[in-house]
Amino acid sequence: MAVKSNLVNMVAVLGLTCLVCAGLLGGAYVLTKEPIEAAAAAKTQQAIARVLPHFTEASYDAEGHYYTALDGENLVGYAIESTVVGFGGPLSLMVGVTPDGVVYNTSVLSHAETPGLGAKCTTDMKFMDQWRGFDPSVKKLSVKKDGGDVDAITASTITSRAYAMAVENALNTFKTLSHE
Amino acid sequence: MSKLKLLTDGLVKNNPTFVLLLGMCPTLATTTSAINGLSMGLATLFVLVLSNMAISAIAPIVPDKVHIPVYIVVIATFVTLLQLLMQAYTPAMYETLGLFIPLIVVNCIVLGRAEAFANKHSVGESALDGIGVGLGFTASLTVLGLVREILGSGSAFGWNFIGGNDGMLAFVMAPGAFLCLGYLMVLFNKFVKKN
Repeated sequence: MAVKSNLVNMVAVLGLTCLVCAGLLGGAYVLTKEPIEAAAAAKTQQAIARVLPHFTEASYDAEGHYYTALDGENLVGYAIESTVVGFGGPLSLMVGVTPDGVVYNTSVLSHAETPGLGAKCTTDMKFMDQWRGFDPSVKKLSVKKDGGDVDAITASTITSRAYAMAVENALNTFKTLSHE
Repeated sequence: MSKLKLLTDGLVKNNPTFVLLLGMCPTLATTTSAINGLSMGLATLFVLVLSNMAISAIAPIVPDKVHIPVYIVVIATFVTLLQLLMQAYTPAMYETLGLFIPLIVVNCIVLGRAEAFANKHSVGESALDGIGVGLGFTASLTVLGLVREILGSGSAFGWNFIGGNDGMLAFVMAPGAFLCLGYLMVLFNKFVKKN
């Protein structure tokens, strides 16, 4: 039942199929562009709101990858994006730091850790809660195995180490910010 | 062939996971939980139904020598469409399934149904076949995901019933996927397919 092939009909059918498909996808891209951007923006806003106390305005610094959050005139803190290499790939965090240099909270933006092990960095409440109010001048920022004060996720030391390092990078960014 | 048979064939006789053993890559990789398996199945169902319909519609005018490239272009279009839609409206799900959405293009089930069924049957029959096989795939992935989630994380559909994180981790990882798949296949062939 298939048509016998010759050069003309092969070129015509394949070319036409590609044209129609490209047209469809172009249309779909235009239609979904806005919702996709809105979804990404909403996700970032949610992450900032989770890692910092109440604020009214957040402005982004694209060079340093951080948001400065203001409540009216007062500086509430910085939400700093920090990406390190985890166990399964890049591990991206949003780290909220208040002006006194204390971590307010952290939130995972994206990760590629092993499900059931390292991926618990987004669900393990015991691990996540220890970052709330983490004061680097009192506590040592490395996992207990390395002599620090961070409780690692069970069987996921590498992920926990990466997490600690991401927080440390964020705190370093904060230090350069507060010196300015 | 009756309409109902078209639907149930995909679920039992031609079950893509437990009988045809097609699409093993997403099957093993995305079934870490019941929800993930279910969403991967539904994503494939979406592509399968649309590509089956489109291919059965254009099959009579496609020259034999270029039919595979044409089918792949059609399938890839629907997959990209799905990818854009998921990114826009279900971003969380899109992130979980990530890489495996674009990989639906090379899922043997989709091209397999196009070759084995859609290009010889009417649009309506092809749609039913797509739904049947798609549901078969969805059901298998959900069951496999559920079993792995119960054993590996001690929860079902995200509801934790052992109150903690003390599941058998091996079942969340690749070896557990192979074990569960193997045992489910045995059970499926013994009890479901025989009748």
